[in-house]
Amino acid sequence: MDGVTSAPFDVARIRQDFPILSQPQARGRPLVFLDSGASAQKPRAVIDAMVRCMETAYANVHRGAYRLSELATDSYEAARTATARFLNAADTREIVFTKNSTEAMNLVAHSWGRGVMKPGQAVLISELEHHANIVPWQMLRDDKGIELRVCRVTDAGELDMDDLERKLADGKVGLVAVAHMSNVLGTVTPVERIVALAHAHGAKVLFDGSQAAVHRRVDVQAIGCDFYCFTGHKLYGPTGIGVLWARLELLDRMPPFLGGGDMISAVTFEKSEWAAVPAKFEAGTPPIIEAVGLHAAIDYVTAIGMPAIEAHERSLVDHAMGALSEVPGLTLLGHAQDRGGVFAFALDAAHPHDLATLLDRAGIAVRAGRHCAEPLHARFGLDNGTTRASFGLYTTKEEVDLLARALTEAREFFK
Amino acid sequence: MSGLFDDLRDLYQEVILDHGRKPRNFRRLENADATARGDNPMCGDRIELFLKMTPDHHIAEAAFQGRGCAISTASASLMTEVVKGKTADEAKDLGAKFRELAMTGACPDCGAALQDDMERLAPLSGVHEFPSRVKCATLAWHTLNAALDGTKEASSE
Repeated sequence: MDGVTSAPFDVARIRQDFPILSQPQARGRPLVFLDSGASAQKPRAVIDAMVRCMETAYANVHRGAYRLSELATDSYEAARTATARFLNAADTREIVFTKNSTEAMNLVAHSWGRGVMKPGQAVLISELEHHANIVPWQMLRDDKGIELRVCRVTDAGELDMDDLERKLADGKVGLVAVAHMSNVLGTVTPVERIVALAHAHGAKVLFDGSQAAVHRRVDVQAIGCDFYCFTGHKLYGPTGIGVLWARLELLDRMPPFLGGGDMISAVTFEKSEWAAVPAKFEAGTPPIIEAVGLHAAIDYVTAIGMPAIEAHERSLVDHAMGALSEVPGLTLLGHAQDRGGVFAFALDAAHPHDLATLLDRAGIAVRAGRHCAEPLHARFGLDNGTTRASFGLYTTKEEVDLLARALTEAREFFK
Repeated sequence: MSGLFDDLRDLYQEVILDHGRKPRNFRRLENADATARGDNPMCGDRIELFLKMTPDHHIAEAAFQGRGCAISTASASLMTEVVKGKTADEAKDLGAKFRELAMTGACPDCGAALQDDMERLAPLSGVHEFPSRVKCATLAWHTLNAALDGTKEASSE
């Protein structure tokens, strides 16, 4: 895939792929969608693929002894193959479809945490985690007597790698679970170094790739981690489908998460036998149409090229750092060396919610609050939360400039 | 460079901005007869409300502390002014009418008795056009109910 030369990145042409971007908005202003970090917009290719599935090839999967069910099963499994290729997984069976990344992390906390980890072991997370990578481990801690450790974040918004090493030192950590990219600070964490340190101390590693997988090429074999999660709806795909990748030998050792149809090989009232991986983890009718949509989304970003998307976003990030630094009274959260297109900020004259309401009037959609990362906001003393602008592959420099201008005007408004 | 936000003056009237920047009765009341905490977990807004009552059960003084956006701060500030001198029932009734005003922009059943109070609160009526912001305006009033009912905690979720 890396060897393929993709066409030059033309953001104007890409924007035409997203029907919502040309929808008329209230007050006649064009939509400036800067909330892709929460959920991204959908290209025509994804919408069409899902409609086509429902119109021509829909039935339940894995059970119907008829042509249409076989077609649907093929489509569903083709999505798994495409996802495996997207992450460069060694084996297609290492891809488990879930509802979203939150469910993927809960699956690991339940099946690995409760099924394989031992009381007295520890899970090491970090201060920059989304609640989805905090709460499942707290539940595991309270349930099973697992210790929960938290790696500090530096003032620049980077993982404190010395602290990480210190907290691994006693060898009790069974799992390191951190974000590949922060949904607030934009920080991209040094995944290879984390893996090297964790493995040297006997810990497995999970990365929450909800943000990162959208913005850069993820190669789970090169990273060397043990679990990786991402979600479809942030990758320009539909809601309702997420992905857990895990090494086959780990999945084999893990007990199921949910019980039901499709995840068993034999059932009597006395006992059931589990189906093989990945079916063992996919109880009930899976998100079939959503898998087709995810497949289309993966094909879409792959055709553009993840390196081209990353390069476009890198230039946007540089541009935004310049434009936002000129807004008076603005404090930007997170100054990591390696960062992506997520910018959380506080404006001295305005509360984040007032600011978001103003920006909405200018046609700019941003998120206000604590972005499911309350401990991180507490860490930076921002209990009022922040306003967050997050970019997608369709974001333009002009939109970033409009944001900067609107912020400057908003400050005048409230002064 | 002008104009991006001109039409937002309906929502952020001068009264709101003024009370948001310089909230009235923004202090802790020692020896309060009733207190309650109000939380809006979605956005982190939080207020603590203090009431002092007269011997014949009227609100002698209302004050608050906390953090929040301009709308929630201004709403709490205005509330502490208008509930002074009211009985618990009168204050709760006014709160119910205010919530209607915040959600619909009007209060047809307010009647003459509440006219002066509702006029003071009218600058907040603009929130009805912003469904996600209605709870900012109503948090203080939910908290007032909690204080008067002795339930100590309120949420505008």
